[in-house]
Amino acid sequence: MSFLILGNATNMLAARRAFLGRSGLLLSGAAVALLAGRDALAAKGGKSGADDARILNTALGAELEAIAAYQVGAESGLLQKPVLDLAVTFQGHHKEHADLLAKTVAKLGGKPVSPKAKYSFPVETLKTQADVLRFAATLEKGAVSAYLGAVPVFGNRDLAKAAASILGDEAMHWAVLRNALGEAPVPAAFVS
Amino acid sequence: MKPLAAVAFSLAAAASPALAAGDAKSGEAIYSRCLACHALAYDRTGPRHCGLFGRRAGSVEGFEYSAAMRKSKIVWNEKTLDRFLANPLQAVPGTAMGYAGVADRKERTDLIAYLKQAGGAPQCTK
Repeated sequence: MSFLILGNATNMLAARRAFLGRSGLLLSGAAVALLAGRDALAAKGGKSGADDARILNTALGAELEAIAAYQVGAESGLLQKPVLDLAVTFQGHHKEHADLLAKTVAKLGGKPVSPKAKYSFPVETLKTQADVLRFAATLEKGAVSAYLGAVPVFGNRDLAKAAASILGDEAMHWAVLRNALGEAPVPAAFVS
Repeated sequence: MKPLAAVAFSLAAAASPALAAGDAKSGEAIYSRCLACHALAYDRTGPRHCGLFGRRAGSVEGFEYSAAMRKSKIVWNEKTLDRFLANPLQAVPGTAMGYAGVADRKERTDLIAYLKQAGGAPQCTK
């Protein structure tokens, strides 16, 4: 990663922090809406509720892994400020996602998955800050695709909306990480 | 007794027309969609893909599968993968893979070609 790009990224980060703060509010709005639908969710139950809980639990597992991955990145000693701050901010978003998903799974009568005792990450390939950013971008891109694939299969449309809200957040993470790597932040008009 | 879903899956997979040869390079790009949950060489939210072809579904040791996948009696090959990837939740009701699927047949063919090729990659053979 060139210093020119890092400098550009640094300038953009301050504005993004403010923006990400607002996006956090948006996600909180979705979370509030979801939690407010507690009775409706509980009443839904049945096969559809169980199916939705299973989908959410898979998403929860991926979010918990993302939290662990950002922890590895933050503790690697390879990330320098302000990139380190960015990683910690993104990890915080994943914690919020995981918290909401776990509560919703429980509301649907499911048992939220717990963090694994140990995760496998390709740490042997992480030698530089760019390596860590590229690894994080890969996970975020995958998360965008995973939520995109989950949105249409929820029985409950409110859950689809909440998943779409998380998808938007993950897409912003992916774009910011790509930008920090000197890549086009938004490579296409559509995600898949 | 073979579960009804497994019978239906086997019949549908057997009835699928022969798959054209896929483009593994294009399939690698499509595989990036899978990387929130899967990796080639190690288990994540989903099981590893090294050794996928010829493997019985739900059989990676130590990975916690859904009961539906464990009981599916699927053996992964080009046809069963094509059927599953088109609509995982329909192919194996109760699977933990809460994903709408890869609707485009060409994309599935390319993805399967990549998975097949990746099985011979160093990270899968070491």
